[in-house]
Amino acid sequence: MSECHDCAGCAVAVAPPPLHNGARTHVVAIIGPPNSGKSTLFNRLTGLRQKVANFPGVTVEQRVGKAKMNGRTNHHEVVLVDLPGVYSLNPRSEDEQVTRDVLAGTMPGVPKPDALLLILDCTNLGRHLVLAAPILSLKLPTLVILNMADDLKSRGGHVDTAELANELGSPVALISAAKGQGVDKVFQFMEGTSAGTTSLAPPRMELPILQDIPRCRQWAHDVGTGAAYRAPAPPIWTRRLDSVFLHPIAGPLIFLMVVAGVFQTIFKGAKPLMDGLQDLIQSSGQGIEHILPPSIFRSLLVDGIWSGVGAVIVFLPQILLLFLFIGILEDSGYLARAALIADRTMSKFGLQGKSFIPLISAYACAVPAIMATRTIENKRDRLATILIAPFMTCSARLPVYTLIIAAFIADRPLLGRFFGMQAGALLGLYVLGFVAAIATARLLKSSILKSERVPFVLEMPPYRWPTLRSLSLRLVDRSKVFLHRAGTVILLVIVVLWVLENLPLKNGQPPEIANSFAGMIGKAVEPAIKPLGFNWKIGIGLISSIAARETIVGTLGTIYGKEGTSESEGLRNALRSDLTPGGAVALLVFFAFAMQCMSTIAVVRRETGGWKWPAIQFAYMTFLAYVCALITNQIVRSGIFT
Amino acid sequence: MLQMSVNSGTGAVPPSAIARTLAQLPEGEAGVLDRLDLPDDIARRLMELGFLPGHIIVPARSAPGGEPRVYRVDGSEVALRRETASRLILRASEKL
Repeated sequence: MSECHDCAGCAVAVAPPPLHNGARTHVVAIIGPPNSGKSTLFNRLTGLRQKVANFPGVTVEQRVGKAKMNGRTNHHEVVLVDLPGVYSLNPRSEDEQVTRDVLAGTMPGVPKPDALLLILDCTNLGRHLVLAAPILSLKLPTLVILNMADDLKSRGGHVDTAELANELGSPVALISAAKGQGVDKVFQFMEGTSAGTTSLAPPRMELPILQDIPRCRQWAHDVGTGAAYRAPAPPIWTRRLDSVFLHPIAGPLIFLMVVAGVFQTIFKGAKPLMDGLQDLIQSSGQGIEHILPPSIFRSLLVDGIWSGVGAVIVFLPQILLLFLFIGILEDSGYLARAALIADRTMSKFGLQGKSFIPLISAYACAVPAIMATRTIENKRDRLATILIAPFMTCSARLPVYTLIIAAFIADRPLLGRFFGMQAGALLGLYVLGFVAAIATARLLKSSILKSERVPFVLEMPPYRWPTLRSLSLRLVDRSKVFLHRAGTVILLVIVVLWVLENLPLKNGQPPEIANSFAGMIGKAVEPAIKPLGFNWKIGIGLISSIAARETIVGTLGTIYGKEGTSESEGLRNALRSDLTPGGAVALLVFFAFAMQCMSTIAVVRRETGGWKWPAIQFAYMTFLAYVCALITNQIVRSGIFT
Repeated sequence: MLQMSVNSGTGAVPPSAIARTLAQLPEGEAGVLDRLDLPDDIARRLMELGFLPGHIIVPARSAPGGEPRVYRVDGSEVALRRETASRLILRASEKL
């Protein structure tokens, strides 16, 4: 928990809910199996009044929100806690442990719930009711919510809610969270429990022994029978769609088209938006520059903070587009099919099907990719995916690659007229990153992240239309998480780097970069990076690129006094005369492997719940980058290839 | 083993006479699960998903390449890899 204090998002989990006009806060937890519509209901009840954080000390995500009671209760504020999706309360996974701890009131910083909303998919009530046994045995006021009422009805199923309420001794509400039908009853229940007017009735059916799963399942079956439950007909449309999407030939083709579409959109489609945002940040920065008198603080504000934070915010369109895609894929049910199709290939690298989409996304940017690993339930597979994602060639590496390749590699034809040496070098760097990723995955999965004991189990949800509501809430949510980070950790690093580049002052003016603290560090590290073929100027570039990889291009521009873009002819010439070919190729290799990205480090810290994994990852990638760059430089220098 | 008779509503699918494990059961044929030859915690995990002794399981489509395969069990569809399915032992031919 100590590592959580610097993160404002975690404050939700740590601080007790605020008191409101002296009135007590009423805490309601939502619990249900995966795919029961828990998040949809949570979004319905809270709208934008929600926050996402991690439960203290674990990687499990915690969502907390205030219920939109619309003046229904005058005395209490109702706080909703969304718990991870579980089938039982047997603590075998982190999710189940967290759920158990929260319900028992032993999760630090999370108050014990006053009431529960148990949400079940009523198209599969027999199996979902099993969870009712351990929940009802907690003897908390519980509303049993039967979700997907519209599906049940359209597919000819039936359930007698009044009779079910009698059987269970708890109120029952039949709703459709996606369409908003029956959600009123949920508000009424919370109103009742917060006013303390809800009374508990003992269940008519005696609860089964919880450890005995077959007996719990039999109990659920008996309760269902007592409530005249008739299971709906199989989802015809889902079977029809599966016969296309999982067709031996059409299936993989559609899969490849979807993947290509996602890749193309986040890579190319986001470009105009990103360029526009970039222009906006630049011109507004210049606007501020005109208003303020020239001073060291104006430089910090405009050159440091404004352009630095701007460089991070520029990725927002890419992140939003990726999450729009993932939202559509996940909510429609296709993501599970994509994971199924990709599983066989991914299993060869020790990973699983659900790792595929995040890894493809990492070609655009590792940050949204790592955020997207939340769809992987298996914690070890998720961690392995997080750890290898930064090896994929992200778009921030491109400016660096473009500059160095254009400066050092002659564009001679390699394979025909359209595929030259430069394109070959670029492709080689993509392959290099990919190979490093799968080699690392194999290494991790055969050692510290070995997870043979957890088999691959993937539930196939029926296909559904994604709702605009759920998609937009998802986007708002991810933007908040991303911008929050841009405003905290990254801001700090940017300020520190700016200070290093602009101090000590000489006659009240910032020094030449060679004489700045950054320059001193660059010269201090020169002996260490000399075997790689790098001089102290590259050293400064490497230090500045810790914030973000592409920063090195601008920094080198400043150092050499040339225009700092990857298309700058002056900068190319300056590099050509200052760097050996060995050093140049080594620099490319270094950038292919090194984790030069503050945003990625910050997002890994957030997603893994601590500094341990980002530290290991940073050390491993930097070590690999150093060793491989060293070998590359020595090989090129020895002249084997000339 | 536990004797259970929970109706899984799979309809009139002919039971397979030859298959010994779930991995051997042909697509579309019903089998009755006898036991799970897996470590206790994994077996419990699968039981929570409906893979309970006595339940009817019907293999549905597989991913291209033959695995993982989707199984219809207890009102839902769950995909398993072959290595897992081959540890789920079916009851010898039984009139449904």
